[in-house]
Amino acid sequence: MLAHLTSIFKRLRYQWRHGDLPAAIICLLPAAIIFGAFNIFPILYSGYLSLLEWDGLSAARKYVGLRNYVELLSSHDLWNSLRVTIYYMGGVTVLGIAAGLVVALALNKGIRALSFYRAVYFTPVVTSTVAAAVVWKYLFDPGSGFVNVSLRSIGIHAPNWLSSPVWAMPAVILLGVWKRLGFNMVIYLAGLQSIPNEFYDAAKVDGAGGWARFRYITLPLLSPVTLLLVIMSVIDSFLVFDQIFVMTNGGPLQSTEVIGFLLYRYAFRYFKLGYASSVGWVIFAVIFVITLVQWRLFGFGREVRV
Amino acid sequence: MSQHDSVSQLSAAIVWQLERKVSRWLPKTFFHTLLLAGGFVVVLPFMWMITTSLKPLKLTYSPPYLFPTHFEWHNYVIAWKAAPFLRFYLNTTIMAVSIVTGQLILCSMAAYAFARLKFPGRDLLFLVFLGTMMVPFHVTLIPSYLIVKWLGWIDTYQALIMPRLVSAFGIFLLRQYFLTIPTELDEAALLDGCSRLGVLWRIILPLSQPALSALAIFSFLFAWNDFLWPLIVTNDPLMRTIQLGLAMFQGKYGTRWTYLMAGTVTATIPAIIVFLIGQKRFIEGIALTGLKG
Repeated sequence: MLAHLTSIFKRLRYQWRHGDLPAAIICLLPAAIIFGAFNIFPILYSGYLSLLEWDGLSAARKYVGLRNYVELLSSHDLWNSLRVTIYYMGGVTVLGIAAGLVVALALNKGIRALSFYRAVYFTPVVTSTVAAAVVWKYLFDPGSGFVNVSLRSIGIHAPNWLSSPVWAMPAVILLGVWKRLGFNMVIYLAGLQSIPNEFYDAAKVDGAGGWARFRYITLPLLSPVTLLLVIMSVIDSFLVFDQIFVMTNGGPLQSTEVIGFLLYRYAFRYFKLGYASSVGWVIFAVIFVITLVQWRLFGFGREVRV
Repeated sequence: MSQHDSVSQLSAAIVWQLERKVSRWLPKTFFHTLLLAGGFVVVLPFMWMITTSLKPLKLTYSPPYLFPTHFEWHNYVIAWKAAPFLRFYLNTTIMAVSIVTGQLILCSMAAYAFARLKFPGRDLLFLVFLGTMMVPFHVTLIPSYLIVKWLGWIDTYQALIMPRLVSAFGIFLLRQYFLTIPTELDEAALLDGCSRLGVLWRIILPLSQPALSALAIFSFLFAWNDFLWPLIVTNDPLMRTIQLGLAMFQGKYGTRWTYLMAGTVTATIPAIIVFLIGQKRFIEGIALTGLKG
């Protein structure tokens, strides 16, 4: 034991005198302190908090064990918000990826003005979600919004989007698709450009039509890219918050109360910090499981390279 | 033989020629039409925003239009008087510039240690950094808020800046790039008596300009557009960032759309300008890493 310790000590001393250790400490220390204080420690602290009943102010922190989790898992709010989040996730993932693929395919036809189109479709990605949500809220305004006034002028009676429990979520999803499309397009475009032309030439010689080439060459070769985009879209959807805060505040009737908003409501409106922390861990658990399942399903053996 | 035959031959030739032309031009036209139509839908909210911000208030309830015909610049004056947008700009700029600077310095130092230096526990430490990328922001939100409160940092710039000076994403991005630089260059410099930190400064960083500028744009846009963290660590209206200020402005002037849109244009323009300037590098950076900031 002692000999073992001494050998470790000797190795460290050697590293210190002749190796990279001093440089490594200088390089890593600032990052490690900040990262430790605001990332790693909070993760552990959050686990502890989720076992407490505490408002964050009073000295009385009551240790309640797993009661927060038990209560949470039997609450209507959690299951509602999970359902709402999955609805949002499904909409944004399916529509966003389909739209991104269509645009990328069109752009990949050796079209002129590629960088112009790319910039146009990508601008929503870098636009702030808060600002975008304010604009979309106005687009969907029943009195003077562009959508409803336009639909009315061609004789369609449009719903009162954001105050309808049925139509609020589709409106929020449309904003999500609008903001995500450009990102999916850029990644797909990079994927399409990495498919060798010889594959298509060979298929043409064999008499494969446009659809067959797409179905049997493009789509399978893009599947690692698609997997990457699905995972990213799913994870990002679980974190959605800003547009809900601006557009609907979780309403009407909790129909847009995604899980991130539920956590915010419990933590910073009701000050149930322990309970809200357990919501955070449920989010983590769901994301973790979804990621594992996706890796399993698609076989993560092959490296995703875009 | 007969006239009939040659006519049909001629017309067949014309049809064939036409078909060839059409088959060459039709797809291109079709795709341009498709892309323009889609692009119009994508741009529509921006046009709606800008046009409304320049509309006289009394036209709010008359038929909508997408191209600005009135130029009521006064809306901006009113919006900027109703909320301290200048102050929001200042706060956000201080925050964003500090975050970008910190990320560039601290992430490149850490990435250099992970990519080039040999020390015990390196791979484990790197794994810990990477592992935190899997943990969603929601888990750390409440504890981070409590730490900031405990430090007495509510309503300060430190609260907005410090927790975001380092990111696992930035370290990962730079490390991957550093690994593509040949180690022979380092070794040559070390032989010539350059220190290890000197290698980072003189060899690695100058060669990593594309990755560094991608990280700079990523972290600038992230900081400029961030909302939830500033929302919970500031109460004082004078400490608000631009997105937070806009959301509060929206709560107050909910239906006076012309002023609200003037505020929205104010909040979006700087980020869009930064994107358009760095567009090429930024998009390449995304395609390269397949990751998002």
